[in-house]
Amino acid sequence: MQSSAARFTETPLIRKKKFRESVAKWVFFAMTIAMIIPLLLIVGFLIVKAIPSLSLDFLLDPPMRNMRAGGIWPAFVGTVYLVMISLAVAAPIGVLAAVYLNEYAKDNWFNRLINLAVINLAGVPSIVHALFGLGAFVLAAGIGKSVLAASLTLAVMTLPVIIASTREALASVPMTFREACWNVGATRWQTIRAVVLPNSISGILTGVILQVSRAAGETAPIMFTGALFFKAVQRGTIFPYSLDEQCMALSMHLYVIATQVHGVPESMTYATAVVLLATVLLVNATAILVRMYMRSRKKW
Amino acid sequence: MGAAAAPRSKPRRAVWAVAGEKFLELVIRLCGISAIVFVLSIFYFVFAKAAPLLFSDGFSVGEFLFSTKWYPTSEVNVRYGVFALIVGTFSVTVLAMLIAVPFGLGAAIYISEFCGPKLKETLKITIELLAAIPSVVWGFIGLTVMNQVIVKITGAPVGLNVLNGGLILALMSVPIIVSIGEDALKAVPDSYREAATALGATRWQMVYKVLLPAAKTGLLAAVLLGVARAVGETMAVLMATGHAVHIPHSVLDSVRTLTATIAAELGETQENSPHYRVLFLIGVLLFTITFVINLAADMIVRGIRKR
Repeated sequence: MQSSAARFTETPLIRKKKFRESVAKWVFFAMTIAMIIPLLLIVGFLIVKAIPSLSLDFLLDPPMRNMRAGGIWPAFVGTVYLVMISLAVAAPIGVLAAVYLNEYAKDNWFNRLINLAVINLAGVPSIVHALFGLGAFVLAAGIGKSVLAASLTLAVMTLPVIIASTREALASVPMTFREACWNVGATRWQTIRAVVLPNSISGILTGVILQVSRAAGETAPIMFTGALFFKAVQRGTIFPYSLDEQCMALSMHLYVIATQVHGVPESMTYATAVVLLATVLLVNATAILVRMYMRSRKKW
Repeated sequence: MGAAAAPRSKPRRAVWAVAGEKFLELVIRLCGISAIVFVLSIFYFVFAKAAPLLFSDGFSVGEFLFSTKWYPTSEVNVRYGVFALIVGTFSVTVLAMLIAVPFGLGAAIYISEFCGPKLKETLKITIELLAAIPSVVWGFIGLTVMNQVIVKITGAPVGLNVLNGGLILALMSVPIIVSIGEDALKAVPDSYREAATALGATRWQMVYKVLLPAAKTGLLAAVLLGVARAVGETMAVLMATGHAVHIPHSVLDSVRTLTATIAAELGETQENSPHYRVLFLIGVLLFTITFVINLAADMIVRGIRKR
């Protein structure tokens, strides 16, 4: 007869089960780490290679001697231009579109169609956005290749980013907040303005920041709509471009010096890549911090 | 106290306030439909540039899709066959998915089921930053780091090939597979987990027997979105796959994808020339492919929510 204690000792079956469990756990852990470690190594490698060129002068100087010396200032400013203008267009439209989808839209076929359109807009390849920008803004609207045309193309492309995260923020405001406001006689818009938007402002901000990071990194959409290889700009000029001119951009500059120009010192291309990467990741990290701050302060 | 109170009218808002609000709501509605307007106009403007060629005499859609002869700048024998480019896109995407799907789903399972809350938060943030790396930086990594690594390991003469593009695209699509896959696993009700645990299942048995079957459609959607990302990616494959328009015979052959062809050739074509138009036609093809994939993914996700 078995004693009751014996029944709870490990049988071979249980041992096998536990063994498999720990194998599975470590395999999945290895899979997760397997994509993070190489990436950290690569980024580390980029930074090490870039160090000889990285300096404040590299950021502030214009490219010299056919981009084989000097810095990246005009490209950096160009990116700031493109990002700011595309943000000014995409942010209001995106936020209001999210307000419509979350606060006004009923669940009918038309609004499902809008949802589908937002999803597809996010899925359209960036090079197709470039063709659209060229066909619509540069040619049909007659803007020509310019900062404006490139920014508008970027705005259309990054719209879904803002819509998605604003919607999420609006949806997380509890329904009871709105009901309370309606019950004291406020209209739909008054409720949105006084209750819904203030309570989701950090989420909206996160979306806006993510849009900035996305717009700063894109290359394909601006290649044929407004980015150019080189423009002579003085060191440290803050307003080198006007809206109807073409401009340089950091992402485009990296592509150009990495593939189109020969004899660029190796460390300069690496340094350009590192500056672009650092800019985008810093912006993204800001978005993450805002979100964490928002979560820690949540009142409900 | 006799005087009857004058009938009190309801307090009214100023006319301009009401009108202003009506106007604002109109603007909000317009912004709401803007997404539809943009998707339609993307298709319209790209298609409009391609249409004159598509409907011209002597252009056959069959030849466009199934001929491997891509000689757009030839003087005597101009041919616009994109089959080799489609195969290029396909080969890079398939290789990327062979790597990204197991790793992405594995990571999604680990993050969702196996790790503690602190580690989970850290990993999710890392994945999010991974997703933010610009595609031109990925391309640069392919061109420099990956290129050298591949040459060193395989002994191939150049490292810009299917393998390089596939690896880069895999790293690029893993974050989207992880985050959507994790959402799909999170959507499985906790009662399933509790029931499995109560029956004495280990975590792995629970994942294998309960969660994967329950979340399989959501995981499929995650994979589809990863595929859409890989098909549509431009700069990374432009820089990392080399520039050879031909059907690859091994992963160490260079290829050219649909997206890279547009990016590489559009700048050098005459406006409204047949070559220019055929590049827009490739754009229409890409739009259609990603549209179908995204539609499928959306229908799958919607199906889950309804259930």
